[in-house]
Amino acid sequence: MADVLKKVPVREQAPKVRAANFEEVCLGYNKEEAMEEAARCINCKNAKCVGGCPVSINIPAFIHEVKEGNIEEAYKIISESSALPAICGRVCPQESQCEGKCIRGIKGEPVSIGKLERFVADWARENGIKPPAPAAANGRKVAVIGSGPAGLTCAGDLAKLGYDVTIFEALHEPGGVLVYGIPEFRLPKNKVVAAEVENVKSLGVKIETNVIIGKSTTIDELLNDEGFEAVFIGSGAGLPMFMGIPGENANGVFSANEYLTRNNLMKAFLDDYDTPIARGKKVAVVGGGNVAMDAARTALRLGAEVHIVYRRSEAELPARVEEVHHAKEEGVIMDLLTNPVEILVDENDAVKGMKCVRMELGEPDASGRRRPVEIPGSEFEMELDTVIMSLGTSPNPLISSTTIGLDINKRKCIIADEETGKTSKEGVYAGGDAVTGAATVILAMGAGKAAAKGIHEFLSDKK
Amino acid sequence: MYKIKKAEKLTGPNYLMVVEAPRIAKHCLPGQFIIAKEDEKGERIPLTICDYDREEGTITIVFQPIGASTEKFTRLKAGDSFRDFVGPLGKPSELCTDDLEEVKKKKILFVAGGVGAAPVYPQVKWLHEHGIEADVIIGGRTKELILLEDEMKAVAGNVYITTDDGSYGRTGVVTKVIEDLVQNEGKSYDLCVAIGPMIMMKFTCMTTKKLNIPTVVSMNPIMVDGTGMCGACRLTVGDEVKFACVDGPEFDGHLIDFDAAMKRQMMYKTEEGRALLKVREGDTHHGGCGNCGGDE
Ligand SMILES: Cc1cc2nc3c(=O)[nH]c(=O)nc-3n(C[C@H](O)[C@H](O)[C@H](O)COP(=O)(O)OP(=O)(O)OC[C@H]3O[C@@H](n4cnc5c(N)ncnc54)[C@H](O)[C@@H]3O)c2cc1C
Ligand SMILES: Cc1cc2nc3c(=O)[nH]c(=O)nc-3n(C[C@H](O)[C@H](O)[C@H](O)COP(=O)(O)OP(=O)(O)OC[C@H]3O[C@@H](n4cnc5c(N)ncnc54)[C@H](O)[C@@H]3O)c2cc1C
Ligand code: SF4
Ligand code: SF4
Ligand code: FES
Repeated sequence: MADVLKKVPVREQAPKVRAANFEEVCLGYNKEEAMEEAARCINCKNAKCVGGCPVSINIPAFIHEVKEGNIEEAYKIISESSALPAICGRVCPQESQCEGKCIRGIKGEPVSIGKLERFVADWARENGIKPPAPAAANGRKVAVIGSGPAGLTCAGDLAKLGYDVTIFEALHEPGGVLVYGIPEFRLPKNKVVAAEVENVKSLGVKIETNVIIGKSTTIDELLNDEGFEAVFIGSGAGLPMFMGIPGENANGVFSANEYLTRNNLMKAFLDDYDTPIARGKKVAVVGGGNVAMDAARTALRLGAEVHIVYRRSEAELPARVEEVHHAKEEGVIMDLLTNPVEILVDENDAVKGMKCVRMELGEPDASGRRRPVEIPGSEFEMELDTVIMSLGTSPNPLISSTTIGLDINKRKCIIADEETGKTSKEGVYAGGDAVTGAATVILAMGAGKAAAKGIHEFLSDKK
Repeated sequence: MYKIKKAEKLTGPNYLMVVEAPRIAKHCLPGQFIIAKEDEKGERIPLTICDYDREEGTITIVFQPIGASTEKFTRLKAGDSFRDFVGPLGKPSELCTDDLEEVKKKKILFVAGGVGAAPVYPQVKWLHEHGIEADVIIGGRTKELILLEDEMKAVAGNVYITTDDGSYGRTGVVTKVIEDLVQNEGKSYDLCVAIGPMIMMKFTCMTTKKLNIPTVVSMNPIMVDGTGMCGACRLTVGDEVKFACVDGPEFDGHLIDFDAAMKRQMMYKTEEGRALLKVREGDTHHGGCGNCGGDE
């Protein structure tokens, strides 16, 4: 019998092999492994794990079913709370959410809740299990802006209640960050994301791509001319930030968004797509979040030597532990406590290097993390041909600036009630990154759910 | 899918298409652009809206094949479709959004270089419909590169044609015509709008700066999404970094760092050269460019 203090290990592609392909890194549990891992759960009465999950999945109940081998039952339990389990099982920061609260984690490793959720969702998809059929159509139209996790969840929940829902998406494929940001090797696009989008469509949701709200039409027109009775805004936080250092407009400096979009949405890594991408030889990724890890591991797979340049230390890296671990295993080099001050260019304005300074940690700042300060005289130069800036993103002002009466805060985020998604404009609801700033898939989903409920209450009262 | 209602070869290397896109046709104004993508695997190609018909729900585009994707566009016929066609993107020309009475007081000169005649046309037409007659210079290297002459004459005040080689109209580059008009032919202008290849806009701006004519240019950097999400289209305008797709595409030409912008445009030059060869030569593409290593 295996050590009950440890998770049943999950099969992964070997680091050397996967560093040269775009196939999924983690291969997931099979049924035996899943049942064995499920047996580690002690089915707590007052299960702490549930409190760590933003959508309160009934974790002990679904794990119990897995333990018994009743996977379809387990899927039904998860589906009561989550619309995108195959995705969340893969990308949730479990260590700080459900698994972070698991009682098993006090003495040993927590139960592998995420991997079990993923197994159940994959099994259901492979066995053709569909979410329950929607209620009878009520003929009332609701518009959803954006097809990321917030929009998809809100649309799915409303369709289940009988609403006639149309999603408007600016890009040419639905999925939001799930298709343009998170890479194939963490979240397979056809197998997982497209299948989840199909599930939402099978509830009767229509998706109109290539429609930019604020340009192709406006929220006021949707409400006044196109017969929609309510609108949900799930437009995300897609605007990239730059550092503002000299040389940043040089050829070979990209935002992580551009780099990842070219590769993920536009499939530059596949020969039969027309998208060009800079296949650098030596690449620096500036930043330390999930986005930085994704950009670094993408550049690595396109054949480069890759450095993560981050101004704090490893303990402060905002990326998920699993992602940092995977990146290091694959050969990404960590240049921590290092801050860029200038990008060096050649006569054609192409990147040839980056001037950096070393940092040390000083007193804690407002965020509670120790503030990095420059070490005087520690400047040095890195030789590079590509720099990817991954410094965070903010919401696009396109919608707020074209919608009369929609209030935003100082950070350009739409102001919305947490419980209902209600904004300052009647009939208009919002949630996900557009409201919180860049956050997580599961929080966006939770917000989409809350807003679906809010919209249903609003329209039921309005009748 | 966005149906192509008309596909026509113009003079020189240029093509015109009329595409069904009712949402765009309902909301666009001169100065804005669309992004077209032919099929699942194609690139997203930005093209200026050259004309629009709100009733028919159509958009007219005029383009010149430059790389692999625009070359593929030339093979599309009436009845075919674009998989994706999104817009209107960018800000409308300020002429169409500023106070009309103020605009009416201005004497405006448009300068169109090559395929730049396409984006100039809807602006001149819009002014004409609002009772303003603007002068237009259309320039090209040679006669067959002069576009939309008749269309322009129908809506402009004076139209001056010039070719580098003197095969049609005046002889010389557009900047020479600007100088002649202002210095020798007694014309004066309060505003110049120059659209064409970056190099032509750069020299036009140098000339108009000397002549003290405020000048607007339409920038065409490499783009991906066209909605402000990627930063590929960033430009230095004065001391600020701007995203051409949302802050532009029109900017004060006297503040643009053209040299930097032109270098950015060349970013994928070699990679695209290879892709273009592959399209042009089709199955007969077997190395020769020295990069692909023969059969792929
Ligand atoms: C590279 C990367 C890696 C990440 N990794 C993780 C991870 O491992 N785990 C995790 O939990 N989270 C991760 N995140 C964060 C997570 O993806 C986001 O928090 C989440 O996707 C937000 O969902 P959303 O629905 O609010 O917005 P988005 O997913 O951003 O979707 C918004 C959609 O709206 C569309 N849109 C925007 N404006 C308009 C408009 N005007 N009209 C029409 N459509 C519009 C956009 O095109 C987009 O498709 C990552 C993010 C990135 C960028
Ligand atoms: C806002 C905007 C409006 C435009 N309007 C028009 C128009 O009305 N008619 C028209 O013919 N073209 C227009 N263009 C230019 C057009 O988008 C490019 O010619 C096209 O993207 C080239 O695509 P391609 O794949 O065929 O060539 P690519 O494969 O992209 O590139 C071919 C070569 O051209 C260079 N290049 C790349 N992008 C551009 C660019 N934007 N401009 C010039 N050279 C470039 C590349 O470095 C490469 O050397 C516009 C561009 C923008 C940004
Ligand atoms: S949705 Fe995320 S947080 Fe909730 S149980 Fe699943 S993996 Fe954990
Ligand atoms: S806290 Fe851990 S052990 Fe307890 S029910 Fe949740 S997963 Fe099972
Ligand atoms: S094209 Fe992506 S930000 Fe302008």
